Amino acid sequence: MDARFIPEPVHLIRFAPELLLTVFATLIMVLDPLTKEGEKHRLGILALVGLLAAAWGAAVAAANPGTAFSDMLLVDGFATFFRYLSILVGVLTLACSFAYLKREQADSGEYYALLLFSIAGQCVMVSANELIMIFIGLEISSIASYVLAGYLRDDKRNNESALKYFLLGSFATAFLLYGIAWIYGITGSTNLAEIQRVLSNRDIAPSVNLIGASAALMFVGFAFKVSAAPFQVWAPDVYQGAPAPVSAFLSAGPKAAAFAIFLRVYITAFEPIADQWQAVLWASALATMIVGNFAALLQSNIKRLLAYSSIAHAGYVLVAVTTHSQIGTAAAMFYLAAYAFMNVGAFAVVTHFARQGERYVNIEDLAGLGQRQPVTAALLSIFLLSFIGVPLTAGFFGKFYIFKAALDANLVWLTVLGLLNSAVAAYYYLRIIVVMYFHEPSESVADLQSPAPGIQAVLWASAAATLILGVFPSWVLDFAGKAALK
Amino acid sequence: MPSSVPLSWYLILSAILFGLGVAGFVVRRNIITVFMSIELMLNAVNLSFIAFSYQLRQVDGHIFSFFVMVVAAAEAAVGLAIILTVFKNRATLAIDDVSSLKN
Repeated sequence: MDARFIPEPVHLIRFAPELLLTVFATLIMVLDPLTKEGEKHRLGILALVGLLAAAWGAAVAAANPGTAFSDMLLVDGFATFFRYLSILVGVLTLACSFAYLKREQADSGEYYALLLFSIAGQCVMVSANELIMIFIGLEISSIASYVLAGYLRDDKRNNESALKYFLLGSFATAFLLYGIAWIYGITGSTNLAEIQRVLSNRDIAPSVNLIGASAALMFVGFAFKVSAAPFQVWAPDVYQGAPAPVSAFLSAGPKAAAFAIFLRVYITAFEPIADQWQAVLWASALATMIVGNFAALLQSNIKRLLAYSSIAHAGYVLVAVTTHSQIGTAAAMFYLAAYAFMNVGAFAVVTHFARQGERYVNIEDLAGLGQRQPVTAALLSIFLLSFIGVPLTAGFFGKFYIFKAALDANLVWLTVLGLLNSAVAAYYYLRIIVVMYFHEPSESVADLQSPAPGIQAVLWASAAATLILGVFPSWVLDFAGKAALK
Repeated sequence: MPSSVPLSWYLILSAILFGLGVAGFVVRRNIITVFMSIELMLNAVNLSFIAFSYQLRQVDGHIFSFFVMVVAAAEAAVGLAIILTVFKNRATLAIDDVSSLKN
């Protein structure tokens, strides 16, 4: 056998987070039947250990940057940033899930194993250096997420959420694959750097229209995964129907990883045809912001509202992608990190408040939360203010850097319309705060217990991160700036 | 693949199959048929990969099509399980009846 195909030890080190996550997920599946009912949360603690080990693995891999497995993987600052982010979202989701699974009497090892598999897929995605790996990572992450979305299999809402996520997700993946097939046919390679080299060579660059069509097919796949207009229709149904901690996970982790491959493919491989895709992304970013914000105005279900809000925030990140500049990429990375904290925090409040069977998920049910549980209400207010982009919160600097990058790239109209959009968004976020503090307490808050320890930990950690990023944004921004793709 | 058949024929066939899959996904109202339409799209993509791979005298496309098959099998396993839970709870496979999630 050719020696080139035997992986060197350093390649395995660069692949450490994925290996550790897979080992722990498999271990959890093996131990699941051996664990007594009522003791299953111990598997969750094992999953937490696995995530911490994966974070350590990501740090070790980051100390040995470079490619692995014949250039299939590329461990650079960009990959490391998103690996940390995916693992962090996993830790926060896990902490929310303990109380949720106990309450729904659905604690089992497969939940934790699926969570780890999904994160392993995201880690493969963000460090992929070629299209086959992107596809495999995306599918590992997605297939595990489909099951998680329908985790409570006797709940009709969960079934519907999983079905819609699965059907539309596979449909979008087929478009992505068809685009990949054509790019492979045109350039003769699936390696991103090689594709860029071929596309930038004017002499051998084949028909521009054909390349544009392939890039458009791949855009369909990516736009679905990041819930960008016009492929966002699945998001409200899926986030509304899925278990609350899973919605938190789906709207932060897989979405950030999907943006990572979106950025990597369009900034490296498709850089030579940037003039073509920039116009498409411009329109999509604007449509995504408008659809998300205006539909959110009409919602009465808080999970659905947060789903539309997540669409709107994907629109802001798309503005940063449209700039295709280094500071735009850094701004997108910062925004995804900031959004992960505030979004998981907000969904943690929903997880806590919804109670058994997710009975209380309407905005009006929150009436009187400000009197009944002032601390929870205050923490939720921090997340909502950060969504709006109020100074001293992470959301402010996130929007600031994105629109600054857009102005630097001469996207003046997109900036103006984006800012108008975020003004509209303030209305529906403030409405929740008004209901919490100024409406007569409804009977739904009367029997509300104090949050479970795991949920409290998530609330405090997310609020602290939101405020720290709002006061010292440079801590994350410097990392993102160094790691951003050129 | 005999060399007398030009590459474009395979690509046209692949495009037609892909288009049929898209049409089936949009038009059909039975969940299983919708799911089969997605499988048809994936197989159309496989045909493109194999044709390009043959044309380029490379194995990359063959490998890619193997991965697509593996993933399609995993998707089928998960997808059918999801469809089964929907059927158990609702006793229907009509996609229009699965629409309880709204505002």
